[in-house]
Amino acid sequence: MSTEEHTHPPYMKIFGLLAAMMGLKVLVGLSSLPKPIAVALLITISFSSAILVAMYYMHLRFETKKLWLLAFIPFPLIAILILTVIQEW
Amino acid sequence: MTSHAATVGVPARQHEPELEGVYTVKLGMWVFLLSEVMFFTALIGTYVILRFANPDHFAEPGEVLSIELTAINTFVLICSSVTMVKAFAALQQGDQKGLKLWLLATIALGSGFVGVQAYEYYHLWHDGFVPVAEIYTAEGGPLYGSTFYLMTGFHGAHVTIGVFALAFVLFKAMRGSYTPQKLGGVEVVGLYWHFVDLVWIVLFTIVYLI
Repeated sequence: MSTEEHTHPPYMKIFGLLAAMMGLKVLVGLSSLPKPIAVALLITISFSSAILVAMYYMHLRFETKKLWLLAFIPFPLIAILILTVIQEW
Repeated sequence: MTSHAATVGVPARQHEPELEGVYTVKLGMWVFLLSEVMFFTALIGTYVILRFANPDHFAEPGEVLSIELTAINTFVLICSSVTMVKAFAALQQGDQKGLKLWLLATIALGSGFVGVQAYEYYHLWHDGFVPVAEIYTAEGGPLYGSTFYLMTGFHGAHVTIGVFALAFVLFKAMRGSYTPQKLGGVEVVGLYWHFVDLVWIVLFTIVYLI
């Protein structure tokens, strides 16, 4: 068993990253950046934060490939949902 | 070898039924969380479509909702995710005292989040930002109020249920029910709690900042 298996993920580093990303989001939201740029930045930062939480706090990074597959099932379903309702605009 | 056994170097759980290398309780929680992803996607998708189809019914960020207060509240929820993962790590190392203390901290932070949200709802209601068309008097229109309360209300309900679940887990922890070999209850409640935090990270961005 390797040494790496006895260590935990860097929880506090991830916390620091999440806090920094949250602060950055607030700054972008309150800034006077053009709306499309602000929206793109906010969504990118938001989903990056979500991925960090899923990978390290929910330990998805260390789970089996089959659980990964399970975790990604909603995304094609979400794509179908979006494509279906986007016609409502 | 399962991930939790790998991190503490103890034998894998001997009697816990597994499916494809994941014990069934955890697998069940993941399946439930995936259904919750669809649920919140539907709510957020509805909001996005209504927002862009009816821009006059909505206000710009900060006009009605307090970004500063909610940013602090978001930070509180992120902190609760840290305390939850520290609780699980403590249990993996057999630190029963650490498990209880970190669980207590998570409950306190989660309760604080719900309290601040209730405070926010109280003030928004008094400012005429309500989910009822007939008495809506804030900026934008009643669609704004109803979509806001629907999304944040459902999320708040999830957080409240999570606090109760954590309290139950703490109660069991105080009775010594959890060990490094028997940590399923803490792990699945932790998964739920992190999911609730993850959803709020997205919701806060879409509802308050965009």
